[in-house]
Amino acid sequence: MSSIRSNPETLSVLDRPNSYIGKTVPRPNLDRLLQGRGTYVSDMELPRMAHVAFLRSPHAHAEIVSIDASAAKQMAGVIAVVTGKELSAVITPWVGVLSHLKGLKSAPQSAIAIDRVCWQGEAVAAIVATSRAAAEDAAEHVAVEYREIEAVTDMRTALDPATPVIHASLGDNLAWERVHDAGAVDEAFAGSDAVVEAEFIFGRHTGVTLEPRSVVADWNAAEARLTIYQGTQAPHMVQNIAALHLGLKESQVRVVCKDVGGSFGIKVHIYADEMAIYALSKLLRRPIKFVADRVESFNTDIHARDHRCKGKIGVKRDGSITAFEIDDLTGIGPYSMYPRTSAIEANQVVNLVGGPYTNKNYRARARVVYQNKNVMCQYRAVGHPIACSVTEGLVDLAAMKIGMDPVEIRRRNLIADDAYPCGSPSGLRFEQLSHHASLAKIVEMMDYQALRTEQAALRKKGVHRGIGIASFIEVTNPSAAFYGVGGARISSQDGVAVRLDAQGSVICQTSITEQGQGSESLTAQIVGSVLGVSMDRVRVILGDTDMTPYGGGTWASRGAGIGGEAALQATKILRKNILDVAAVILQSTPAELDIAGNAVVNVGDGAPRIELNELARIVYFRPDTLPPGIQPELMATKHFVPREYPFAFTNGVQAAWVEVDTDSGFVKLLKHWVVEDCGTIINPQLVDEQIRGGVVQGLGAALFEKCIYDERGQLTNANMADYLVPMSGEMPDIDVGHVVSPTRESELGAKGAGEAGTAGAAAAVTNAVNDALSPFGTIITEIPLTPQVILTAMGRI
Amino acid sequence: MTAQVSITLMVNGERVEAQVLPRLNLADFLREQLKLTGTHVGCEHGVCGACTVRVGGEIVRSCLMLAVQVDGAEVETIEGLSDSGEIADLQDAFRDRNALQCGFCTPAMLMAAQDLLQQNPAPAREEIREHLSGNYCRCTGYQAIIDAVENAARARVGRTA
Amino acid sequence: MKASAFAYARATSVANALELLVLHGEKARVLSGGQSLIPAINLRLVAPELIVDISDLKELRGIAVKGETLVIGALTRHADLLKSSDIVKCAPLLKAAVAHVAHPAIRNRGTIGGSLAQADPASELPACMLALGATIVVRGPGGERRIAAEDFFTGIYETKLAPQDLLVALELPVARKGSAHFFQEFARRHGDYAIVGLAAQALLQGDRFADLRLGYFAVGDKPVLAKAAGRLTGVAVTPALLAEVSDALSDELDPQQDQQATPAMRRHLAKVLLRRSVATLLNRPDLQAGATA
Repeated sequence: MSSIRSNPETLSVLDRPNSYIGKTVPRPNLDRLLQGRGTYVSDMELPRMAHVAFLRSPHAHAEIVSIDASAAKQMAGVIAVVTGKELSAVITPWVGVLSHLKGLKSAPQSAIAIDRVCWQGEAVAAIVATSRAAAEDAAEHVAVEYREIEAVTDMRTALDPATPVIHASLGDNLAWERVHDAGAVDEAFAGSDAVVEAEFIFGRHTGVTLEPRSVVADWNAAEARLTIYQGTQAPHMVQNIAALHLGLKESQVRVVCKDVGGSFGIKVHIYADEMAIYALSKLLRRPIKFVADRVESFNTDIHARDHRCKGKIGVKRDGSITAFEIDDLTGIGPYSMYPRTSAIEANQVVNLVGGPYTNKNYRARARVVYQNKNVMCQYRAVGHPIACSVTEGLVDLAAMKIGMDPVEIRRRNLIADDAYPCGSPSGLRFEQLSHHASLAKIVEMMDYQALRTEQAALRKKGVHRGIGIASFIEVTNPSAAFYGVGGARISSQDGVAVRLDAQGSVICQTSITEQGQGSESLTAQIVGSVLGVSMDRVRVILGDTDMTPYGGGTWASRGAGIGGEAALQATKILRKNILDVAAVILQSTPAELDIAGNAVVNVGDGAPRIELNELARIVYFRPDTLPPGIQPELMATKHFVPREYPFAFTNGVQAAWVEVDTDSGFVKLLKHWVVEDCGTIINPQLVDEQIRGGVVQGLGAALFEKCIYDERGQLTNANMADYLVPMSGEMPDIDVGHVVSPTRESELGAKGAGEAGTAGAAAAVTNAVNDALSPFGTIITEIPLTPQVILTAMGRI
Repeated sequence: MTAQVSITLMVNGERVEAQVLPRLNLADFLREQLKLTGTHVGCEHGVCGACTVRVGGEIVRSCLMLAVQVDGAEVETIEGLSDSGEIADLQDAFRDRNALQCGFCTPAMLMAAQDLLQQNPAPAREEIREHLSGNYCRCTGYQAIIDAVENAARARVGRTA
Repeated sequence: MKASAFAYARATSVANALELLVLHGEKARVLSGGQSLIPAINLRLVAPELIVDISDLKELRGIAVKGETLVIGALTRHADLLKSSDIVKCAPLLKAAVAHVAHPAIRNRGTIGGSLAQADPASELPACMLALGATIVVRGPGGERRIAAEDFFTGIYETKLAPQDLLVALELPVARKGSAHFFQEFARRHGDYAIVGLAAQALLQGDRFADLRLGYFAVGDKPVLAKAAGRLTGVAVTPALLAEVSDALSDELDPQQDQQATPAMRRHLAKVLLRRSVATLLNRPDLQAGATA
């Protein structure tokens, strides 16, 4: 692993003997999941718990004329049938806007539709019954009369004067527009030796978490307290919003997040139907459970991507890029999601296009429009796959035009590794990136020249293989600049409390959450390393607003970088406090003592002086034996948020090696490589697996995944047989390498790694397919790259 | 005739007598009536594989069987395979290789992997990929799972050699 | 989603099953392996009043060679077909095809009779029946009938089976000396239904086809036994002839549009498979070159 460690001040708290930092250690508590003994929300049962099925709109856009639930209410097992109007007695509507996205507008959204439905799948009534099956039986007997309204479905015509306006109060279907102009774009294009344009088309995807969204809400009227069990990535955000719209104080809402069956950004939002469950619990004064079924998941889990982006690049004969220009359009459904809004993905596209390169001339427009389809919002690697595919697609087109190797054109344009800190023409600030070291490393890992030789030899035999390269940058460790400055009550800081228990073990409460990334592991590794105790002595508690410090949770690649630093700083204090007490007990000085191997030891010779369990025994049970005035503090709390940089950018590069069957249009993924730089690596295995999982999510987008709507706004493939997710049979092995440039914003130096894989995978594959098809003169800038798309582009059908 | 039906079966080696509605599928029966929540439900239409259990020693999708159909049968779930120690080595291999993230697919993935190793003690990587191709995992990208199964297979062959 | 309520009857014999079907008519559905029916029930796409479970009827299970005929009981599972030495010997095409049907856990429940009765135009086994010249054995209120596979499939999910009928077995001629088979499908992922697939059975005589049966699937509302194949038998196959036959095949097919492919795409892929199958069966790589003119 090459290292550009920028803060090597003597021995840091991370470099202590027996440190777990940088080591592959198994995640604690995996046996629970391996033995089927986890507790997912879908597993939960509470006394008197009732189940909900939602009656959902079959129309993309319709007026609700009437709802007759009288027959349904008489059916066996039915407890209540509740409409949007009835539910509005206990919950208020919301509007998903943020003030820093200037001009973003949206309409009030209710937990259950009132008077009008705006997408196929929007809830119209909640049927509460003793079982889900009974609720579904009754749902078939709720009679709803609709008056259909023309549905707005095509984003390209959503702004036409002839197109109906979905929300009259907004005046038009434009949710948000951003225009950016930096440098002298027109002059740059005019002075270019070649200018290439293309339109990039991205399918609508969704997250398809294997455990669907699930919630159990338990309003205890006697306590006047609501407990929400939910697989959310942001418990405190849910607490705040549930309280706000139910008219409660935050102290009256507890959010508990146990095991979560996948999230990927799907479970970081406030969904209308989940709000309805909180409200139903309050209304009916009993625990209410909702587990989305798979069809509902496709129709109501946020969708993402679905952009059409026109791109233009200028280049000189020597390969230097002169300018980028994009015009991006996206349709986000009928409402901007709450509270993170649905304009962030387009905003990211504008921010990130051209990001790896030295070019200073950049013009962009992004328009976000409303339509009568399911809502869109942030999903793993928000905006990155679009920006990366557009940028890297354009770079390859430029290289092709001037006859330059794709690696070479990148070498000539990537920001130099010693040029930092620096900025991008879109206004981003980079602390320290390593594009060139990363590119050099991937070229070596994949043996680029040998692959080119193999490619040429196979081409003569009619076998068409291609290599695709994609450099990228990734937003991680977001500060308040992401949401807080726009008025959202979403914490960008995280907190960790650590305490020594009475047997000398450590209990650590953190505000970040676990959905399988390894938050628990990285926290325990940091605490164990900094304190000097073994990991099996560290118990990590997370996912409970009653039990943990206040914080943001786990999303946007922030858990390790922000929550990890809070853990490090809290543990440093605990260590100091322990050594202060130890010095008193041992009649020594803190400077002469250290903690190692679960005991206080001499700094000098490492000899054990007192076991931590003995120290704890004295402090907790025999404080009378300590000198007067000594009050040990064996618990410490620290919070952390990055302040200097709005985001800790990471970078990396991906490469794909594919074979295209030019008869059938089928693409076989042969191999994939990634080199990325997430700063300090806490657990190499966990980082690599984040990368691999992320890559495959991007490969799904590249080849398979697409929510297919018809012109009337009906989602036509809302099941797992027709929406194709990547399965093991088609996925390649993925080699992962690292370059390490720690951030100086924290002592830990860690940046995020959760989204790097997804950011560049589709771009690499698309470039590889175009490389394979270069003898045919075929260029494809649309994903998913289905056999139909490929054969059509090749003119074979 | 839509009334409850009596069934008697063996679940993880224990005799179980139960009353079930004909429409109740085996996955929901295991989870809701027997509280064996290690069998997960991901799609209810037989595609995701999360509900894989063994009936009569063979893996099946428990969402695609009715509870009434297992009358007289032997059913084994992840809880049974774990408690008996049958797949302890596979579970160790998954842990060591971090072949699970959220863990929701894991019990079924282990079921399918054990099924493969029973039929083919030394599978090639492509054979592992193919045998697990009906089990969806969104987290790992599969490679760690394939590695873990490969490692467990090698260790088993080594032990019996 | 959870299934609607239904009643359940476990048939004790074929006669008992037929009685139940006569009694309940279209309100009843036969459950064999359940790998197509139960998903549909779980999604409330179908809501039968009665499920007649025949899965315990041992008389409908098993593979037997009777002289020149291979008899496969309707309840024979995909997994059984894969493991059977009789299948390898007498109808190896079936084994090649079944490997593409879904996944191991599905193949442990799904049955050949269920698959044929379901008659999904994109599924593998109906096309194999055409290629192999199978006879479908059906029992109904009027007794037993034998229906040629070519007549059995009538449309999307439609067959000659009446609601009161039970598919009990199928009969295949045992593969003769000189037989060869070819199976390939274009499916997006392992185990998916194909965009287009071909199950081909040939009888070779020297370097020519004495017989060639091309069973295409996912190219129309039912499996198709390509008539164009007839022009390739008894003659020396040249690239020019293959091109002509390819065009004839294209004219003959009437593929449907769906999310995976347009009719033009399906015609194209069917032609690709024609060339690949002929080149493979005759061991003539030259015929595959320029497969997609």
